Amino acid sequence: MESVTADRAAVATRRFDLAHATVRDLNHFLHRELPGSGVTRVDVENPGGRHAIAAGIDHPVDVEVLGHGGYYLAGMNKHANVTVHGNVGWGVAENMMSGTVRVKGFASEAAGATGHGGTLIIEGDASLRCGISMKGIDIVVGGSIGNYSAFMAQAGRLVVCGDAGDALGDSLYEAVIYVRGRIKSLGADAREEPMTAVDLAAVAELLGRAGFPYAPSEFKRVASARSLYHWNADADQEY
Amino acid sequence: MSASHPDRPLSREESAGYDRKVLDYIRGAAAHGLYEIRGLGAKRALPSFDDLVFLAGSATRYPLEGYREKCTTKTVLGTRYAKKPIVLDIPITFAGMSFGSLSARVKESLGRAATELGTSTTTGDGGMTQEERRSSKTLVYQCLPSRYGFNPDDLRSADAIEVVIGQGAKPGGGGMLLGQKVNPRVARMRTLPEGIDQRSACRHPDWTGPDDLTIKIEELREITDWEKPVYVKVGATRTYNDVKLAVHSGADVVVVDGMQGGTAATQTVFIEHVGIPTLAALRQAVEALEEMDMRGKVQLIVSGGIRTGADVAKALAMGADAVSIGQGALMAMGCNGSSWFGGGAHHDATADYAAIGTAPGFCHHCHTGKCPVGITTQDAELELRLDPTMAARHLKNYFKTMTMELTTVARACGKSNVHHLEREDLVALTIEAAAMAKLPLAGTNWIPGVGHL
Repeated sequence: MESVTADRAAVATRRFDLAHATVRDLNHFLHRELPGSGVTRVDVENPGGRHAIAAGIDHPVDVEVLGHGGYYLAGMNKHANVTVHGNVGWGVAENMMSGTVRVKGFASEAAGATGHGGTLIIEGDASLRCGISMKGIDIVVGGSIGNYSAFMAQAGRLVVCGDAGDALGDSLYEAVIYVRGRIKSLGADAREEPMTAVDLAAVAELLGRAGFPYAPSEFKRVASARSLYHWNADADQEY
Repeated sequence: MSASHPDRPLSREESAGYDRKVLDYIRGAAAHGLYEIRGLGAKRALPSFDDLVFLAGSATRYPLEGYREKCTTKTVLGTRYAKKPIVLDIPITFAGMSFGSLSARVKESLGRAATELGTSTTTGDGGMTQEERRSSKTLVYQCLPSRYGFNPDDLRSADAIEVVIGQGAKPGGGGMLLGQKVNPRVARMRTLPEGIDQRSACRHPDWTGPDDLTIKIEELREITDWEKPVYVKVGATRTYNDVKLAVHSGADVVVVDGMQGGTAATQTVFIEHVGIPTLAALRQAVEALEEMDMRGKVQLIVSGGIRTGADVAKALAMGADAVSIGQGALMAMGCNGSSWFGGGAHHDATADYAAIGTAPGFCHHCHTGKCPVGITTQDAELELRLDPTMAARHLKNYFKTMTMELTTVARACGKSNVHHLEREDLVALTIEAAAMAKLPLAGTNWIPGVGHL
């Protein structure tokens, strides 16, 4: 891998310059060579919006992506802490199991889709379908989120410091959404509920994790009315 | 007034448009205000592989001896990009069926049979169980819209990945698992509350069109270091274009599931009225691959109503590289049988069929979770009615029989490799089948829609 430059002065850090190395080289290193190598940090230079950067990591490591990422950055992440110093395309941290992914810029569609665990922090806005089908992941968005977010979201928490678009939480299961700003509209079976002490503590903890300075009392809680849980004629044939 | 005139016969003129089946449907709809949900596949008569016959060896073709001469069944899938293609001993595989719709014991039985047969089995909408991973030498892991139980550990432990866009029984319709089948284990695997009706989404959460799918497949390959074949499964509708898009998206293998394909639960209106027959879909899929010069580079698996060795042979002759079987496998294990076997004896199950409103031979009540023979159930007592050892033996016998039929027909057609069966070996018995399969009507060189009488 002649195109890969290793920082010999600091063996704990490995640099990949994607202007020369391929995403496949990077991911191969993260999957196969990282464990036991002593490397604790990987810097990804010139990511150039490439897809599947740092996807499928299964080991504790800090990954710094120094620019914009494409689709599925840190997809299916386990254990790693990935920071993107830029924007990302669709499906950042999709199906994440554990670890943390922080996007310092904006995220496109389906951020954190189907995530089972870990924390996804987006400092800017997130586009459509943020948190779709989430299954336990915590997502904290510093800005606003687009339409159809948390569609069929099953478990986990989505904290939105800005506004939410149309059809928020449509067909929601057991995931809970907290929104600080305006909600354009709620989706089928989603409803606003009073904030309890448990909710306030949860929001405080999640905001603390993300480093956002808002007061938990400013947030509204959205959860499932659970009226679509059983197939019946009175559900307006929603099934 | 007398009830009837003794000399005048009762009028019993049945309406073709409003026959007893339609009357039952209208009365049921009027009474309940709900559509019917059921299991298995289309029950209506459709043009099928039964409408084709082989032209075997004669003076113009030289047959091989039926029992002794070698006839290879080895099947390789995923040669396009995967570092580790799937190598199977036979071209007959087990279709994806979920843990949830089926019990863990059934999934284990499928895995054991597949391993002994040298073929693959497939997970379903509900994730991978350890029982099936342990028992299956070659396991295909489905990536479905719901992503229930989907995780990178199972992905890495799989031998191939199947991105499911649709299913023949319900293209465009997503999946259902009614609450009575959602026991604690099923609920935990799907991250949902126990006992609720589970709706699997009809479209993927993190991609929409074929260009996105290309990137999604690339991600799955990156996560698994480009080792595993990636299949793309489509329900048969606009198959010609869907297959082209699947190839464009980077699939190693395309799976086409025709409308005779089964399901654990969906609306009857989907099962009987959405999608096209397997026969038509297979021909369209082969044409798409040929037009892209991808025959042999991207492998084609066809499923949906493949029941017999003859069906397998005809599918291969039309251009499939392999077939997948779901419903036939359930029936080999006892689905729709009148008894179940346990404690060294057969036990009559007809009363249990009656309790769910049906009878052996007519049952499509997989959705109820009360399978009288312990197959499509999550009930702790009912599932014990299926003995995994016996079920695996029956599955093995069934697949072995089909393989023997396949090779016998192939030899009769002069082929020493079942993959050498070709369209020229087939003719059609009906005009409909001839048109759909683009094969000549038997005794003529007429292919409807193609021309020349």
